[in-house]
Amino acid sequence: MSIAMDFGDWLSLFAHYLALSLLTVGGAVSAAPDMHRYLVDERGWLTDAQFSASIAIAQSAPGPNVLFVALMGWHVGLNAGGLGPAVLGMALCLGGIMLPSTALAYFATRWGHENRNRRDVRAFKQGMTPVVIALLVATGWILATGNGYRLDNWPLWLVTAAATAIVWRTKVHLLWLLAAGALLGWFGLV
Amino acid sequence: MMSPPEALPQKRPQPQSLTDLFLSFTILALQGFGGVLAVVQRDLVEKKRWLTREEFVEDWAVAQTLPGPNVVNLSLMIGSRYFGWRGALAGVAGMLVCPLLVVLCLALVYTRFAGDPQVAGALRGMGAVAAGLITATGLKLAPALRRHPLGVPLSVALALACFAGIALARLPLVYVLFAVGGLACVLTYRALPEAAA
Repeated sequence: MSIAMDFGDWLSLFAHYLALSLLTVGGAVSAAPDMHRYLVDERGWLTDAQFSASIAIAQSAPGPNVLFVALMGWHVGLNAGGLGPAVLGMALCLGGIMLPSTALAYFATRWGHENRNRRDVRAFKQGMTPVVIALLVATGWILATGNGYRLDNWPLWLVTAAATAIVWRTKVHLLWLLAAGALLGWFGLV
Repeated sequence: MMSPPEALPQKRPQPQSLTDLFLSFTILALQGFGGVLAVVQRDLVEKKRWLTREEFVEDWAVAQTLPGPNVVNLSLMIGSRYFGWRGALAGVAGMLVCPLLVVLCLALVYTRFAGDPQVAGALRGMGAVAAGLITATGLKLAPALRRHPLGVPLSVALALACFAGIALARLPLVYVLFAVGGLACVLTYRALPEAAA
């Protein structure tokens, strides 16, 4: 697909991601539905396939998942005419989603550290402890059961359960486990 | 922070320089298939020992509650603690720069491999392992609840309520975070002594 982007379009792309940034509690993926609405449905800057591919590529690559946002900008730029616009789109989308939340995190962290002996600061950090521990286990649960609770998924669940037990109880390097999972999948065993 | 003394006893391992921070986070990020957190916990808490388990959980609570990508927030927090704003930048850059280049390379070859059933299978297998890594990270941090001001039974009950809300009822994260988290913070506030221990 081929689109034309003028200065105002780039600016509204940047502004849209700036506005989304402070809404991304729990990670940038929580704002993905709105990005789809804006980029694909409303503006027509991305195809649905490019949108899904951006998320899929970032999830299969190492590193923070927020990089899917950079890929969306990259694809918008490619649609608008090539590598130069692609780099611009990438910088605008990633910069937009990162700047407000990172600035907030920085000042909140400094404030929290300077006031770390205050009762309310300690209550917040320690009070959230059970919640965030449970969130990690819940995230693993959701990832493992993303395809639903159908019983024919049992080989995948077995892999997840084995990986959980090994990481919990041993010091085996995590990359070995990921490689083992990749091999099992490559040969169609899971 | 530029003045580390009272919080950080002399003997404690810590990043040596901005370059050390940047490279450490780059290496962490490049190992993090399907989520970087498991690698961060393994490396920074168990190997490098820059953080204790309790400190890690508390930092993660803040990183998770603030908007923005969690592990990027976490690297910013850790970086800024040792080297101020320059450390924050080094941590965030380490998390993002090299992985961004990797993702771009993948995007260039993606169309050629996207339909390949073996590649799809490998990604599915890695996804299943990644789910195990994040679950195990939660289980490894759970002993931090032993020293929780609310006591073990109540803090475990709060954790179970949160798990049920997210994993079983599939409620939106924000609601659970503010409902269960808010309740937990209020209860903890009442349980804590007024002055710092």
